[in-house]
Amino acid sequence: MTFQAKRRTNTILSILLSILSLIYIYPIALILFNSLKEERAISTTRVFELPTAETLTGLANYIYGIQEMDFLKSFGYSLIITVSSVVLILLCCSMCAWYITRVAGKLSKTMYYLCVFSMVVPFQMVMFTLAKTADTLKLNNPFNICIIYLGFGAGLAVFMFTGFMKSMPVEIEEAAMIDGCNPIQIFFRVVMPILKPTMISTAILETMWVWNDYLLPTLVLDIRTYRTIPMAIQYFRGSYGSVQMGPMMACIIITVLPIIILYLLCQKHIIEGVVAGAVKG
Amino acid sequence: MQKTIKKYWPIFVLPTLAAFIIGFIWPFIWGIYLSFCQFTTVQDVTFVGLSNYAKIWIDDTFTHAFFFTAAFTVVSVVLINAFGFGLALLLTRKLRGTNIFRTVFFMPNLIGGIVLGYIWKTLLDGVLTLMSKPLLSLDETYGFWGLVILMCWQQIGYMMIIYIAGLQNVPIDLIEAARIDGASNRQILFRVKIPMVMPSFTICLFLTLTNSFKLFDQNLSLTAGEPAKASQMLALNIYDTFYARSGAQWKGIGQAKAVVFFLLVVVIALAQLRLTRSKEVQQ
Repeated sequence: MTFQAKRRTNTILSILLSILSLIYIYPIALILFNSLKEERAISTTRVFELPTAETLTGLANYIYGIQEMDFLKSFGYSLIITVSSVVLILLCCSMCAWYITRVAGKLSKTMYYLCVFSMVVPFQMVMFTLAKTADTLKLNNPFNICIIYLGFGAGLAVFMFTGFMKSMPVEIEEAAMIDGCNPIQIFFRVVMPILKPTMISTAILETMWVWNDYLLPTLVLDIRTYRTIPMAIQYFRGSYGSVQMGPMMACIIITVLPIIILYLLCQKHIIEGVVAGAVKG
Repeated sequence: MQKTIKKYWPIFVLPTLAAFIIGFIWPFIWGIYLSFCQFTTVQDVTFVGLSNYAKIWIDDTFTHAFFFTAAFTVVSVVLINAFGFGLALLLTRKLRGTNIFRTVFFMPNLIGGIVLGYIWKTLLDGVLTLMSKPLLSLDETYGFWGLVILMCWQQIGYMMIIYIAGLQNVPIDLIEAARIDGASNRQILFRVKIPMVMPSFTICLFLTLTNSFKLFDQNLSLTAGEPAKASQMLALNIYDTFYARSGAQWKGIGQAKAVVFFLLVVVIALAQLRLTRSKEVQQ
């Protein structure tokens, strides 16, 4: 292929990909302009109309939706649950993984294989009994549901950490021990800093899971008192005879917006996290 | 050093182990036990042996859900991986705007299943109305393809990222050597690139297969199983058996279905890993 021909193909491909990108963004854009329209202009026959001066309602849907759905509260619950769970998972699982890689024995072996096993088991298998267990142990509120998430998310995290630690040289830790560190000091002062990239990858994968999780919080938490964002959206949709589409779309936009902003800000880490998770998983 | 660390196991392993027992091991074992029992709450449990398993096929919703899920999984696994790999090939050609394209295609992945379902329901119902066809929730076939489109939109970007990483790891001298030997672009693709990214195929097939087979959120929000449970997938069917039906026997049957579902997932995952691992080349 000549240089010019190659350049021409590349231009054509770029144009095609641009069109595809627009198609990719379109669903979100559609929701965005419908969220700015009047209720009667959102029916399935008129959903593709752009807002006009006549049908534009400004932010009315947003205000109504945020109030009706109690969005800020849901956002708070989702935030508490996600942050506490992810921090707990990172801390406990990295410690556990270090033990598994450094100590050979029955405990390490059993833990490792159980973790791998738990990643395959579908949630439906344990949903009923897990909800009952959580009720009995009073783990059914946003402040300690993180223990359930630690239990159910341990598989992936331990697996990722052990995958990385296997290639970590043991000599540094031995040197620290000779210098008089106990295992806890070694872990926090020597191992933790080396783990940082894996920590970020694992944090991203677990955050994506916990933040978007619908079924686990629905079954464990009391839906009348505590609603995470996915629960609130589903509840909002399900509880009214005729759904108010405008506020619904406004809520979808304010749910999606923080995620997209976060993604654009730390895109590099997120994509690297996904690749790292996939290669080890 | 091993001995010293070993003494500290209550600090290092116990918290995770305890949570793991509460959140996974105990519910799992209890779940298997309950699949042999009739129960509505955990207080009135009576052992009924295998009769729950026999009653799974009392109506044909589970069988229907199985075939629906199987068809959905096959179609979406093929489409997602074909498009994902295709896009990855395009985006490793050093085109202008590669970074923007990568950002856009990956984005849907971060949005939760419930929200995705409602976004696509709005769009697809609008399109179907324009074509004067029945809405998503009134027709099984449209429900099926709606789910496929939604799943592709969500997952193609993720798989593309993994394939890109795989393709970037193919040693450049290998491709150059092939080119000097006179290989065409097509030969380089099929004889060099694809064999070298086989590990990425293993991972992507595994992920798409299990994700599609275990799909729940998207199914709930896009079609909710309508019309008349015809677009229910296995996970939703189990949920529905558990929580949407009244009658003493249904929870037991739901649990038995869950055990069958679990075994299906394990068999599929193992079979797939075996199959593709054998095709990987030594680097």
